[in-house]
Amino acid sequence: MAIGRRILLYLVVFILAFPLLPAVAFSKEPYRIGAVFSVTGAASFLGEPEKNTILMLQDQINKAGGINGHPIEVVIEDSKSDETQAVLSAKKLLERDKVLAIIGPSTTGESMALVPIMNGSKTPLISCAAGAGITQPVIERHWIFKTPQYDYSAAEAIFTYMKKHGISKVGIITITTGFGDAGRKALHEMAPKYGIAIVADERYGPKDSDMTTQLTKAKAAGAQAVINWSVGPGQVVVTKNWSALKMGIPLYQSHGWGSKKNIELAGKAAEGVISPLGRLVVWDKLPGKHPQKSVLVKYVKDYKNSYKTEPDSFGGYAYDGFMMVTEALKKVGPDKSKIRDYVETRITKWVATGGIFNMSAKDHCGLDKDAFEMVVVKNGDWELLK
Amino acid sequence: MLTVFLQFLFSGLTVGSVYALVGMGFNIIYNATSIINLAQGEFVVVGGLMMWFFSDSLHLPFIVSICLTILSAGLVGLLMERLTIRPLKSHDLLLMIMVTISVSIVLRGILAFKFGKDPYDYPAFSEGDPLNIGGAIIQQQTLWVIGITGLCIILLYLFYNKTIIGKAMRACAVDTTAAQLVGINVSRMVMISFVLSAMVGAIGGIAITPISLMEYDNGPMLAVKGFCAAIMGGLGRGRGAVIGGFSIGILESMTAGYLHSGLKDAVALVILLLVLFLKPAGILGSSAAARLRKF
Repeated sequence: MAIGRRILLYLVVFILAFPLLPAVAFSKEPYRIGAVFSVTGAASFLGEPEKNTILMLQDQINKAGGINGHPIEVVIEDSKSDETQAVLSAKKLLERDKVLAIIGPSTTGESMALVPIMNGSKTPLISCAAGAGITQPVIERHWIFKTPQYDYSAAEAIFTYMKKHGISKVGIITITTGFGDAGRKALHEMAPKYGIAIVADERYGPKDSDMTTQLTKAKAAGAQAVINWSVGPGQVVVTKNWSALKMGIPLYQSHGWGSKKNIELAGKAAEGVISPLGRLVVWDKLPGKHPQKSVLVKYVKDYKNSYKTEPDSFGGYAYDGFMMVTEALKKVGPDKSKIRDYVETRITKWVATGGIFNMSAKDHCGLDKDAFEMVVVKNGDWELLK
Repeated sequence: MLTVFLQFLFSGLTVGSVYALVGMGFNIIYNATSIINLAQGEFVVVGGLMMWFFSDSLHLPFIVSICLTILSAGLVGLLMERLTIRPLKSHDLLLMIMVTISVSIVLRGILAFKFGKDPYDYPAFSEGDPLNIGGAIIQQQTLWVIGITGLCIILLYLFYNKTIIGKAMRACAVDTTAAQLVGINVSRMVMISFVLSAMVGAIGGIAITPISLMEYDNGPMLAVKGFCAAIMGGLGRGRGAVIGGFSIGILESMTAGYLHSGLKDAVALVILLLVLFLKPAGILGSSAAARLRKF
C-alpha cells in the first residue's frame, strides 16, 4: 500500500513537472535577466506591450538554441506603476534572482528611483522611459542606459522642420503633467538654438474639455504655428478645437501623438496635423532601403503573430533594450561589468526599432533627432514628410 | 478684440454647460436625502461610455442607444441605492457621503475593467461646421448641451411642481419625519432620487462625450467641478447649478484668456470662495433655508 502510494506520488510529480521541461534541452545553466515593468496600474499601457515583447524574445532566443548554448531566463516583476514597488522589485531581482541586467522600468519616476540601487549593486539597467534625467548627468549614471529618444530630440525635430518652412514664431500649449512639463522645458531650451520665438506659452489640465481659449490666444499673439505637447485625450481635444477654429496655422503635436487611436478619435479634424514620430509607428511607410526597415518588419510581424495586434513604440523600447543585453551576453559572457562596457562602447551604428543607436561614455541613450520622422496625417493615415 | 472676447466666452459656455449638467445631478439627490453623492461624476462617465457601447460598438440606432443608456444608468443608480444606501439605514450623513465615495471607486474599477483605459468618443449629434458668430466659432454640440441642460431644467421643474411624486420628494427634503407621517413612502422617494440623478448624470455624459471625450476616470474631476457649480448657485436649487456652472466655466475661460491658462482653476476657485463668503447660501440660495440645512 505504502509503496503503491509512493509510486503514485512519483507519477504525479513527474506528470506535473513534465510540461515545465524546455523544448530544447540545454546542457548549460541559464543566463538570468530581470525586467521591471508597470504591468498593472496607471502606466499599464506601457508595461503590457513591454512585457509581451520580452516574453516573445525570450521564446525566440531559446528556440534558436539560446546564447552560446545557455538558455535565457527572464524574470519579470510588476512594479504596479509605483516607485516604491519598483524599488522592491529591483531588489528582489538583484538579491534573490541574481540577474545580470535589468530592463525597465516603464516610467521616468520609477527609473529615477532605481538609479542608486543599480549603481550600488553594479548592475546595468536599460530603462524604457524617456526622461533625460535618467541618463544625465552621465557621470552619476555609470550603470544606467535608456532606449527611448530624448524629449528634446523631438523638439529639435519639430524646430528643424519648422525652420525649413520659414516658421519663426510659435505658440506652445502643454499639459500640466510630467510629460507636458518635460516637453515645455525642452521646447524652451531648444527654440533659441533654431532662431524660433515662443510667443505664447499656454497650459491645460489632463481632464480639460475645451482648449479653444488657449489656441485663440496663441493665434492672437501672432504665432505662425501651434505646438501641443501632451498624451491622452487632451491632444485629441486640441486637434478638434484647432480644426473647428479654422485657425489657418498648422498644428504640431509631440511624439505622444503616435497612435492610430488618436486619428480615429479626432476623425477628420486630425487631417494635416504634423508630428515627429519614431519609425516603428510608420514602419510600413518607410522605403525598402531604409536601414531600420528589416528590423521593424521582423518585430512587427513577430509581435502580430504572437499577440494578434500591432506593437507600439513602448514595446519597441523593451525590444531594443533586451537585444542590447543579449548581444552583449553573447559577446562577453555573464559578467555585469563587461556587459555594461559593451553596451557603452560597442553599441554604435547599431540598428534597432527606436533608431540607430550610438552609445558613448558621454551619452547613454545614443539617439538624436534623426530617430524621428516628421509625419503628417493624411486621409486618416500617416504620411512621411521630407 | 471683440472676436477674441467672444471666442473666450463661447469656450466658457462649452465648459460651463458640462459643469451645469453635472451640478444638477447633485441637487436631485441632495434635495431628497441631504446626501452629497460623490459618485455623481461616475454616473456621467457611465452615460458617456454606455452610449459609446450601444451606438458605436453594437451599432444600435441613435435614439435606441440613448434610451438604453439612460435606462442602464438608472439601473446603476437603483443598485447603488438598494445595495449601499438602504441597507445602512443610517442617519449619519457623513457616513453616507463616505459610502458614495466608495461606490464611486468601485464604479471606476468596473468601468476600467470593462472599457479599459482608452478615451472614447462618438460623432456629434448633428453634422456640419461649427457656427460662426461675429468671427468666433461655437461647436454645434455645445448648443446641444446647452439645449439639453435647458430641457432638463424644465422637465425637472415640471416633475417637482406638477407631479405627486415630485411634490412628495420635496416634502421628504423638507422634513423626513413629517413626510412619513402624512403617508409618503420615504424610502421609495430616496430610491427614485438616485435613479433620477443617475439618469440626469447619464444624459450629461451622453451630451458632452463628443466634445471632451470620455475616460473611465473622468468622474472625480466632473464631480468636483459639478459640485462647485451646485455650491456656487446654491445647493438644492436646480437653476442655481446652471448659473453656477456657467459662471465657473466662463470665469475659467476668461482667466485663461486674459491672465494665464495656468491660473484658471485657481482663480475660479478663489471667486467661488469669495461668493461663499459674501453669500454663504450660494447665488440663488436663501440664507434662511441654509440655516436649516444639515449639510
